[in-house]
Amino acid sequence: MNKHVKNVTPVATDLSRRSFLVGSAATGLVLGYAGVPGIGEALAAPSNFEPSIWYAIAPDGLVTVTCGKADMGQHIASTMAQIVAEELGAKWSDMRVNLASNDPKFNDPVLGAQITGGSWSTMMNFDAMSRAGAAGRMALTEGAAAAMGVPASELAVRDSMIVHAKSKKQMSFADVVKSGKATKTFTPDELKAIKLKTPDQYTMIGVSVPQLDIPSKTNGTAKYGIDVMLPGMAYGAVVTPPVRFGATVKSVDDAAAKKVPGFIKAVTLDDKTGTTSGWVVAVASTYANAKKAAQALKITYDGGPNAKVSSQSLLDEAKRLQALEDSGQFFVKDGDPNAAFGSAAKVVEAEYTTSINIHAPMEPMNATAEFKGDILHIYSGNQFATRSGAIAAGAAGIDPKFVVMHQMWLGGGFGRRLDADMMIPAVQAAKAVGKPVKVIYTRENDMTMDFSRPLTYQKVKAGVDGDGKLTALSHDVVSAWPTARWGIPDFLTPSVDKKGPLDSFTVNGADFFYTVPNHYVRAIKNELAHNATPSGQLRSVAPGWTFWAVESMIDEIAAATGKDPAQFRISLLDGAGKNDGGAQRLRNTLLAAMGLAGYGSRKLPKGEGMGVACVSSQERASASWTACVAHVAVAPSGEVTVKKLTVATDVGTQVHPDNIRAQVEGAALWGLSLAMYEKATLRDGGIEQTNFDSYTPLRMSQVPEVAVAVIANGEKATGVGEPAVTVVAPAIGNAIFNASGARVRALPITAEAVKASMKA
Amino acid sequence: MPTLTINGRSMSVDAANDTPLLWAIREQLQMTGTKFGCGAGLCGACTVHVNGEAVRSCQTMVGDVAGKKITTIEGLSAKGDHPLQKAWVAEQVPQCGYCQSGQIMQAASLLSKNPNPTKEEVVAHMDGNLCRCMTYSRIQKAIMRAATEMRTASASGNERRPT
Repeated sequence: MNKHVKNVTPVATDLSRRSFLVGSAATGLVLGYAGVPGIGEALAAPSNFEPSIWYAIAPDGLVTVTCGKADMGQHIASTMAQIVAEELGAKWSDMRVNLASNDPKFNDPVLGAQITGGSWSTMMNFDAMSRAGAAGRMALTEGAAAAMGVPASELAVRDSMIVHAKSKKQMSFADVVKSGKATKTFTPDELKAIKLKTPDQYTMIGVSVPQLDIPSKTNGTAKYGIDVMLPGMAYGAVVTPPVRFGATVKSVDDAAAKKVPGFIKAVTLDDKTGTTSGWVVAVASTYANAKKAAQALKITYDGGPNAKVSSQSLLDEAKRLQALEDSGQFFVKDGDPNAAFGSAAKVVEAEYTTSINIHAPMEPMNATAEFKGDILHIYSGNQFATRSGAIAAGAAGIDPKFVVMHQMWLGGGFGRRLDADMMIPAVQAAKAVGKPVKVIYTRENDMTMDFSRPLTYQKVKAGVDGDGKLTALSHDVVSAWPTARWGIPDFLTPSVDKKGPLDSFTVNGADFFYTVPNHYVRAIKNELAHNATPSGQLRSVAPGWTFWAVESMIDEIAAATGKDPAQFRISLLDGAGKNDGGAQRLRNTLLAAMGLAGYGSRKLPKGEGMGVACVSSQERASASWTACVAHVAVAPSGEVTVKKLTVATDVGTQVHPDNIRAQVEGAALWGLSLAMYEKATLRDGGIEQTNFDSYTPLRMSQVPEVAVAVIANGEKATGVGEPAVTVVAPAIGNAIFNASGARVRALPITAEAVKASMKA
Repeated sequence: MPTLTINGRSMSVDAANDTPLLWAIREQLQMTGTKFGCGAGLCGACTVHVNGEAVRSCQTMVGDVAGKKITTIEGLSAKGDHPLQKAWVAEQVPQCGYCQSGQIMQAASLLSKNPNPTKEEVVAHMDGNLCRCMTYSRIQKAIMRAATEMRTASASGNERRPT
């Protein structure tokens, strides 16, 4: 792939080179990790130190937390503020948030890069934000002790006040900051040694405080990338080719475009980053004019190598690859399933597919680029500032260190804004016209050029012994490899058969917590799909398809052996060996969902049924234990009505219970939307769906009853943005089987497929 | 240069008559609360009021609304305190928030005519507004909460319809 991306290979945060800074001056108190050489300067003028800090307390007592994660509606900025406020002892109404630039000092403390995804943010930042908050409280307390002339150990901190009960003296955070007495600094070891609160001491974590970003999202004042206005700015409208990837521009005739008022220039992209191909930007004084000019351009293309590729050819290629014995690499290789199949009493085999899916966040992709002196400024809501800044630099032909990414609120992310394609037209147009340029995709650009969830093909084979025990399972997953496309080796995983790295973001979830002694999972890259439909990470990524296959297959095995599918799962979740701990949590979660839904106890009318599924999304090491009971009605026509989704999820520790419910419900409805309503297709190399008339996410009238049970058992906080997406489709498929005897194996589920399977 | 009456003010915009109202509002008047979502009237993100009716501003041309009363999210209330906006905060509706200006404007046109909508009426009225974060159930709750508040506040809003 593109060479410069190698420059941004994430490196682990080197805490030994950093010390924790607590400095104060008339302008305020700042706290954060700072490079040691910068400390003197920072103490002298902390206002200049921004943005290399996690939070600052102003002389008026307002605490502004700078969030290094992209906020796309998961309220992560507010969550970071909440974790800081817990240990700091600040009043919630004093908390403010700020979105970080791409300064590496804001890199995720665990990931060592600025990337938001994987439902990782809370779990990976909880400790760092807690310690930052605690350090601030200690610094303020010592400052107040000095100012009051009392021992620090006699002071209590609450609601932004530091109180000495004996003398009834007190100081607010604002008083201490103004006094200039908070000067304590922390070495990394001291920071590590801070004793954090235990859950029984929490007053903020576990409370559904009002999200700090919500008021601005009810009155039109929240600023998204598309809302950026710069003086002298021009607008760019993109013309994208009929082929998703691989086309080149042969000629551009701008004669008609020149007649459009305000037209400035048509810029053919020269994209050495390999992110786009065959794009032209029409630049004009307004977006309406830019769009008119774009429509007036006459462009001829060479369709390139993918111009004849279709969904069918991608699927055919996937099947061909799966049939080869030596294709792919192993993600799981326990025992020997092939030998076990030979001695199995029963073998069950099935193929599962998912279609291409489009992210379609409500805010179409956009970016604004401005060259100012040596610096390229990018304004855009983005999930991967570290890489996207480097892509912007690549488009400009400059070193990534000269790019400043100005983060905005994201009008939906869902993984789409991990990519950086929108930077390229903005940068090259701004360079070509010598003005800042805001490029906005039309919905048609956005849909046809999505870094989509790839079409997937999975073959699963299971062997059951004479006692009905599942002894062997082999699982092949064929897809484009979204994460391999990034060109960042650290995001790939070594294969267990040592055949080189694989993209675990295509197979996560297949390494489930069921006890199966002989278990293979093979990741097979569909090179044709990889090239023709450059894929991305769509909310929940691999578990969105691996659990579709696994959880459908578990149901099929239960049916083949005459067992209740929920009880069969419980028997497989015995917690043996490597599954100890996780399996028990998942079993408990499944039982919670079953209880809440009345699974097995409620009598249902004919044509209705319930199905279960349980998942360990997103990854084995970062699972939120999630189970779903779907209740459906199936008409003789095959039409499916989802009556109710009951979702239980074990998240360990709840930071914000109401937000968890909002995320779990949204994720479950995403799961429903992907299961029933969203399908994209490729024809002649191009995505056929162009707007919300042909690509049709869930609308209000299609929302079933959703019941959510959140289990908070005091374990470490886990993520909630994605896991519930993955559990819904298999639960619905299994419910359809329970209601009608029809087994569906392709997503999205159609009435035709259900009806065809009923007849069979 | 067409003159538009927006949020009670008369403003001239440097835009051709066939310019979608959406872009005139956003770029010429720099009121960015009204959002671009699909450009085809399929998602509702760009919803504003023209003479009190909810319309899709991406499908409404500047030349067609001269002299008419246009209201955007910025003009729905003086301080962002329309009962719907308060209800949106109380129910913590927005996630990414991008569609919510359009949702609120769409809902406001319902409640101005029907102070006591049923759930079915809410769904029918709101079904053209997409929310990709899927906040639909909270949107419904917030509309019901605002309707209740508006009825309580209004002297003439005391009659209840059979449910």
